Amino acid sequence: MTGTWTRKDLLGIRDLSRQEIQLLLETAKSFQEISLRPVKKVPALRGKTVANLFFEPSTRTRISFELAEKRLSADTINMVGSTSSMVKGESLKDTVRNIESLKVDIVVMRHSSSGAPHRLAPLLKASVINAGDGINEHPTQALLDMFTILEKKKKLEGLKVSFIGDILHSRVARSNLWGLTKMGARVTVCGPKTLLPPEIEKLGVHATTDLGEAVHGADVLNLLRIQLERQTESFFPSIREYATSYQIDREILKQAKPDVLIMHPGPVNRGVEITSQVVDGPYSVILDQVTHGLAVRMAVLYLLSGGSREEEA
Amino acid sequence: MKLLIRKAHLVDPKNKVDEILDLEIENRKIIEIGKNLKSDGEIVEAEGLTLLPGLIDLHTHFREPGFEQKETIQTGAGAALRGGFVGCVSMPNTNPPCDHQSVIDNIIRKAKEVPFHLFPAGTISKVREGKELSEMADLKRAGIWAVTDDGDWVKDPLLMRRAMEYASMLGLLVISHCEDRRLSANGVMNEGLMSTQLGLKGIPDESEEVAVSRDIQLARLTGARLHVAHISTARSVQLIREAKVKGLLVTAEVTPHHLSLTEEAVEGYNTNFKMNPPLRNREDVEAIQQALKDGTIDCIATDHAPHTEEEKMLEFDEAPFGVIGLETALAVSLTELVHSGKLSLAELVVKMSTRPAEILHLPRGFGEIRKGTEAGFTLVDLNREWTVTPEELVSKSKNSCFIGRKLKGKVVSTLCMGKRWTY
Amino acid sequence: MKKEKQVCDTEILRRTIVRMAHEILERNKGTKDLCLIGIRTGGAHLAHRLQEEISKIEKSEVPLGVVDITLYRDDLSERGPQAKVRATDISFDVTEKKVILVDDVLYTGRTIRAALDALIDFGRPQSIQLAVLVDRGHREIPIKADYVGKNIPTSPSETVEVRLKEEGFSGDELVVVSLEEKS
Repeated sequence: MTGTWTRKDLLGIRDLSRQEIQLLLETAKSFQEISLRPVKKVPALRGKTVANLFFEPSTRTRISFELAEKRLSADTINMVGSTSSMVKGESLKDTVRNIESLKVDIVVMRHSSSGAPHRLAPLLKASVINAGDGINEHPTQALLDMFTILEKKKKLEGLKVSFIGDILHSRVARSNLWGLTKMGARVTVCGPKTLLPPEIEKLGVHATTDLGEAVHGADVLNLLRIQLERQTESFFPSIREYATSYQIDREILKQAKPDVLIMHPGPVNRGVEITSQVVDGPYSVILDQVTHGLAVRMAVLYLLSGGSREEEA
Repeated sequence: MKLLIRKAHLVDPKNKVDEILDLEIENRKIIEIGKNLKSDGEIVEAEGLTLLPGLIDLHTHFREPGFEQKETIQTGAGAALRGGFVGCVSMPNTNPPCDHQSVIDNIIRKAKEVPFHLFPAGTISKVREGKELSEMADLKRAGIWAVTDDGDWVKDPLLMRRAMEYASMLGLLVISHCEDRRLSANGVMNEGLMSTQLGLKGIPDESEEVAVSRDIQLARLTGARLHVAHISTARSVQLIREAKVKGLLVTAEVTPHHLSLTEEAVEGYNTNFKMNPPLRNREDVEAIQQALKDGTIDCIATDHAPHTEEEKMLEFDEAPFGVIGLETALAVSLTELVHSGKLSLAELVVKMSTRPAEILHLPRGFGEIRKGTEAGFTLVDLNREWTVTPEELVSKSKNSCFIGRKLKGKVVSTLCMGKRWTY
Repeated sequence: MKKEKQVCDTEILRRTIVRMAHEILERNKGTKDLCLIGIRTGGAHLAHRLQEEISKIEKSEVPLGVVDITLYRDDLSERGPQAKVRATDISFDVTEKKVILVDDVLYTGRTIRAALDALIDFGRPQSIQLAVLVDRGHREIPIKADYVGKNIPTSPSETVEVRLKEEGFSGDELVVVSLEEKS
């Protein structure tokens, strides 16, 4: 049996130990079955209030969290997009006071600025779950990615997992990289040099600009969404040229392991980072990721709603 | 006013004084320096204390006019005096900016009320837009000592050439905030391993070095006195070193935080560690400390940049750059450089008083303790330990990156323009 | 100092389970519509043993499920870190079934209350009957077992432990009543 959960918040995978990641993944495994029941609801968070603070537009993550909360019988409130003044410069302090006065137990927070939940969390009695901060972390996405790999491969240790695309601006890649390296996977990040973060190799991953190198012998390919605005910022000359160099199609997949998994945090740009055939093809576990996201988020909500905790450092 | 300071350890590198002496002051002037002096006026027993020439800061943001919620000349000067400073170069990025003599008039008048020596800098360009030169001659008549578009680098190399030529004609120092904003690319901290780990956008060293390099070339072309503000990288240090070897009139300053802290402080996303230039690496700090020792970096300047709590409470990306420094500069420098044995006390006085006065071409009496000149000095208890707390600070803003730090060395009293402040 | 009192040994335990299997079959007139659901973790092992005994007697296998009641507890998050959640595994439809809910020790009744809530989320059984190896008394909720292996009167300061091989105990299988004595 792995240890118990003692943290107030889930801010990033960077802070977690291997044991904590394991506990989260094992707990998620137990929650998987709930979504298959005739009554897809358990009373675990009955009477708890969860606030979903999405200071940046998000559909997938927000819906997944909301459903997870509802399946645990929590009461939920949503503050979405520009309805909050925080984006327009309301101080964190005021946001905090508002949340406190609503007697919220858990805050799920998405913010366009890296570190925003890290700054909010110490000021709040409520638990904070980072649902994506700037280009920093997206811990529940990394957990569901690892969970999906575990479901299919039964292990993480020793697997070659390659991330392809805009690594520099990807919180998904960053969280995954912290998690996968802790769990013993061999991580490769691949993209044009302009989109690889400085000194990334010091974090124990292999960086390459060559797609073939990233795909060769890979057990898992995790593709990142490429955004059009990066072209106007001259990170690459054109989406067309990007696609010719970094698109995953059936041909290049032949270099990967025969049972390679294709993952994508969504939404997918069909025909850019990945061809439609591959999205809909047999290796794709993109929809499994969505399903697993629910179990993972239920597990996180459940563990964070625990009673007494160790004093925060 | 008659005042006798007795048995102070007087350190004045300019006049090669480093001994226990008495100092007699009458009508704001030092009338005698010697041993066993007698006086019928006020007597200050300074045994065990160190008397330094009043510190001079070449880089201060007093925020007035326009941003009085952050700091005023009154509160800023109060903080300066408490930190041992008797004079500051005020940066012109006010609102309206210091691009017109009327603004300068107003600033100088307010400083006199304290009283405090303010050496205003005017802007290089009108409205700090980097397009047209400010009326520098007019500004000089109003009382400026330097020109700078601080906060921004003059992007246009031709405008900078003309600015240097024109300023050198007027004998004005040109201070340059060396930063290529395009290369900074909306970064908020040093670019490197830490920015990758924290998921924050990075500012590469080269954003500064490209600018330092260009301005040194233009200083050569124009013969202007160029003062490079707040340098932060090892290669900037090297560029300054080479320029000095070639005999160019290039000087440089470093802030107390850049000589003591590294990018690792940003862990935790505390916006009191968000400054521009950003905190760099250990190697840069070492190069900076070495450059202070060998004279490549002429002086320590605070870049005192007050911001309100509300502004600093924002997310790391959104919060403004800058930290205050007047009240901690001497203590940080003593702790980091002198008590650690990296610089002698006399060498530190050169960095914080003597050289700043020389760079600015201040009259005799500044940066030294000299008989016959107006007295301006600070009394320091070198060994008193204290911890920086927001309550402790008198600056209107509390955005110090040294809050919680234990420092060794504290100003006990500062005398400026005939008024003595004791703490 | 812990004082232990052995109440059942391996042989008594085996006979008790056989008797309970017979009682279940007798009351339900065979295995038609019958299923066993054990409460994690002790009840799950007992349910498995009952299933074995029943199949020996009737030569037919009744469906077996496991329910984890952690998420249905009424004391969640009131004490310390969250209890470990284990999977619930009921791979058959319980609707119109006669469900034998199995636990090792019946005490306050709160666990059974949670298990009943969980079961209802899986469908609408024809009936739910409760089988426990030990009833130690001290009910806090109106719950009564239909099949009881042993009635063991205890004081609330005592603990009752069923030590089965499946729980990792080696040597004799025992039911133990122990009392933590203040020294």
